[in-house]
Formats: sequence, structure tokens, C-alpha cells
Amino acid sequence: MSVDKETVKKIASLSRIAVTEAEADALVPELNNILGWVEQLGEVDCSKVEPMTAVIPNKLRLRDDVVSDGYVRDKVLANAPAAEHGFFGVPKVIE
Amino acid sequence: MAEIFELGIADIRSGVASGDFTAKEVAETFIDRVSAAKSLNAVLVETPDHALAAAEATDKAKAAGETLGKMAGVPIGMKDLFCTEGVATTAGSLILDGFTPQYESTVSANLFKAGAGMLGKLNMDQFAMGSSNETSAFGNVISPWRRNDGGNTDLAPGGSSGGSAAVVSGRICPAATGTDTGGSIRQPAAFVGITGFKPTYGRCSRWGTIAFASSLDQAGPMAHDVRDCAIMLESMAGFDPKDSTSLDLPVPEWEASLKSDLTGKRIGIPKEYRVDNMPPEIDALWQQGIEWLKDAGAKIVEVSLPHTKYALPAYYIIAPAEASSNLARYDGVRYGMRDLPDGAGLQDMYAATRESGFGPEVKRRIMIGTYVLSAGYYDAYYTQAQKVRTLISQDFDKAWESCDLLLTPTAPSAAFGLGEKSDDPLAMYLNDVFTVPSSLAGLPAISVPAGLDRQGLPLGLQIIGRALDEQGVFNAGLALEERASFVAKPEQWW
Repeated sequence: MSVDKETVKKIASLSRIAVTEAEADALVPELNNILGWVEQLGEVDCSKVEPMTAVIPNKLRLRDDVVSDGYVRDKVLANAPAAEHGFFGVPKVIE
Repeated sequence: MAEIFELGIADIRSGVASGDFTAKEVAETFIDRVSAAKSLNAVLVETPDHALAAAEATDKAKAAGETLGKMAGVPIGMKDLFCTEGVATTAGSLILDGFTPQYESTVSANLFKAGAGMLGKLNMDQFAMGSSNETSAFGNVISPWRRNDGGNTDLAPGGSSGGSAAVVSGRICPAATGTDTGGSIRQPAAFVGITGFKPTYGRCSRWGTIAFASSLDQAGPMAHDVRDCAIMLESMAGFDPKDSTSLDLPVPEWEASLKSDLTGKRIGIPKEYRVDNMPPEIDALWQQGIEWLKDAGAKIVEVSLPHTKYALPAYYIIAPAEASSNLARYDGVRYGMRDLPDGAGLQDMYAATRESGFGPEVKRRIMIGTYVLSAGYYDAYYTQAQKVRTLISQDFDKAWESCDLLLTPTAPSAAFGLGEKSDDPLAMYLNDVFTVPSSLAGLPAISVPAGLDRQGLPLGLQIIGRALDEQGVFNAGLALEERASFVAKPEQWW
């Protein structure tokens, strides 16, 4: 299958990455090259194969079911571009 | 006696322990080396105070007669993918500009606990995406090596752990941390003539290591030789309850058990690793490696890993898919940069921040990952790639029925010039053709410097082992090292 400019713009939007018209044009052949190359995987008969979920057998451990706020609020906020009143600040979401 | 800056981990540690020199002298030596090597662009942040503080602690402990740690007195370079408390960490990306971790990664904490100090944070391909160190937002790392043609073409140190490779080969740091997702420790180690080790997936905690592809990323040592890698990995590895994929197993004493006699070992030569257009020198070196391992007592057997040709395409679906998810956290809200155009809403802020913060290769991979995970394509791409990954892993399982370890070249070429491949992402991806399959299977592997090509540039050989058989990999690596007697070093021009 082939990726066109509209698809590139849609992927960019899903990826939350702004692209200019020129960038979208440039990405069309780049993505097509890479996707065309990975499509060779379709040759492999995998009808009886389970997809890999864990590369090394390992039992998933669960954390103790304990409520905690982490007690590190200030550290969590220390790198925020805009922290106010103990929260992350973002542009207005609801009018 | 050799100058201090020429020494590796084992020699520094024993020199400090026996009182030949103090840890402070060692730290000062390397602090000077780091600040004199700025033209290589390998160090993003210098941390002399950290190295000195660790050295003083070691000297004090020695004076008090205390038992010294495994890395006592050894200052190291830290790949900038490891979060280090109070020291800027960027993963080579502008999007983390200004980020100062409030916590220490488990790997760096383990190394510091073992007595190591930190000389600086090392440049790398942005978010570990690259094989040449040309994707860093802070400029290319330049390899200390030059071709022997009398020219001064700047060469790639390999990637993504290119800063680590450059400082160890230039004797600017005695050792450095690296991380390997598809070959990012082994390929740069081969390019600059040092030893690099990727342990079994889960040996080293990923906690506090900036994530690229979580099912593949593993930290490992980059050092002068096999012994130094064994010492350093013992200090880095270990169970960590903070990483759910960390293996709850004791860390073996790899250094104490090093043994280069391979009597009784069967070494597999995978026939599918003979790729088209491989330079004859690499083929010849591989053959030489076979002779060396025979000389060490091993038996050579040919094995088949039939799905080898599908490893790279599977990797370039799985790794971007995981990256697109991991890198969703860089949104301009919680840390790093924020680009907020006038009047922009939340969604516009995300898109603008990510547009200006990520480099082209990172954006390309995020978009590939988003595409292969999107509705309608998930099964055709992602599920299929995960199934092929199962087959690749089964190929190795089958090979282990007839051999104990595998011998292959590390990379399909010697180091190339900066800029020579950067226009073609696919050509760049092919650099990892020999390292990616073992990464997909989570297996331990080492690259050992084994010879020089006709341009005078290093070439590496790779040993791959069964899951958790780090010892076997180290031992075969040692057998190669003893026979290759690789002593070439870059001449200091920087």
C-alpha cells in the first residue's frame, strides 16, 4: 500500500506533530520507502505463530495496592514549563 | 608504567587499592582529558565535581581501611540517556532542553554505589535513534579515529552510544555506560576499537533510563577490554522492583569466573549472516575469528537462522511502534520545552512543541510507529512483526540445540565518514543487520575489537549467547581478545 500526502497529514495529526506542506511532501517518499521495505514481512507464513509478548520469560509483578500520592509533588513539578498552585499549567481547554 | 589516562577499570581499581596513585589523581587526570577533548563534541555536560567527590570518598574509605567497591576510584562517562539527579539530561534532544532529573536512574545509582564517579554526560543519537551520532540536537560526535590516507575526514563513532564510544577509545574516560536497543553498544564499540557488552534483556534495570523501545532497551558497559566490561556490568546489573521487566536473579561474579579455554564449547556460524556486498576484509576477519576460537579449544559448527533477513524489517516496525508510545510523554506539559504559539489551544501546543523539539529521525520514527499501530494496519504490520519476532527467537532456540555460542561480525563495514549515509535512512538502518536479531531475542552479546581494515580502521567480532549466559559470552570474547591482541589506538589530534 502507498502513503499519500493526506495520509501523512493524518499520521502527523495522530502523532501530535505539526508539519508544513513542504515537510508533508518530503515525508511521502520517505515513509513509502520504509513501509515498502518492511512489507517484505508479509512473505512470512505466520498463520500458526503466536505474536511475541515477552522476550525473556518473566512473571509480571504487581505493586502493592496502596494509595499514595508519591509524596514528591514538588519534585514532580520541578521541571514543568508552567507550574502553578501545585499543578501543571496548560492553556485554556474549555471556553 | 603506563600513564594513568591509558588505564582501564581493572588497572585503575588495583592502582588505587594498592596506593600507586590516589583516586583523586585519577579523577583529575580524566577531568583534564575531558576538558581537552571538546573538539570531539562527545561530552554534553562536564561534571568534574561529581568525579572528585566520588574520588575523595574512595580515598577516605581506603585510608580508613574499609572494603572498596568494585568500581572504587574509577570515574566514568555517562550516556545522556540515564537520568542523573541534579544534572541536566537530554537524550540528545531539544525537547528535553532544561530538564534536570529529580531522581537517579538505577543503573547510574548502582555504579555510584560501587564507587564510580561521573566525568560527564555523553552525547548520543537523539533518543538513541541512529547508528552514526548524526541525529543529536547538539551536533555530531566525531570519532577520534582517522583513516590512514593522510586526510582528515571526520568519521562517525557509530551510534547511538557514539559519545561513549568516542571517549573510551580516545582514553578520555576509562569506561562509559551505553544502551543497546538494536546494536547501539556493539556497533559503536566495533567502529572505534573498544569492547561493548549488551546483557540479557532484564539484567539491567530500565528505571530512570529514558525509554526508546521498552521491549528492547538494555544498558551495558563500554570499556577497554572484556575484563573491564565484566567488572562494570556486575556493578550495573541487578534486580530492581521499580522495573517490571527486571529479572529477579542474583548477579553472577562474571569477572572472577573469566576463562578463555573453550574446550568442549561449540561455536555456531550462522550461514545467513553472509550478506551481499560485505567487504572481503570482514569476511576474512570472521574466518580468522573461527580459527582463533578453534585454537581456544572450541568446536565450530554451521548453523542456520532462517529468519535473519526479516529481523531488520521487524525491528523497524516494533521499535518505532514502542517509541511512538513512549515518546507521547513529551507534550510540553510536564517537563522539557514548551512551544505555545499565540492564541494556541492545548492540541496546538502539543503539536508545536513536538514539531520544534524532536529532530527529523525521531519524528520519522514516531510517525512510522503511529502508522503501524493505527486502526486498519495494526494486524498487517505490528502483529505480523511480533509473530516474526517469535520466529526469530525460535531460530536461536533451535541453534542452541547444536551450539553454545554464535560468532558473527559486529557490523557490515568499518566506520564511515560523517554525512556519507545520512541522506538515506534505509542505508543507515542496514548497519545494524548483525546486531538486531539478538536484540529482538533479548540475548546477551559482545563486540570485541579484532583487527583493522586497509584504511586502518577497527573492525569488531560479535559473540552471541543464550539468555542469561553472560559468562559464556564473556569467556569466548576473552578468547578472541587474547588472540587478536588488538592494541591499535587513535592518534591524538584533538
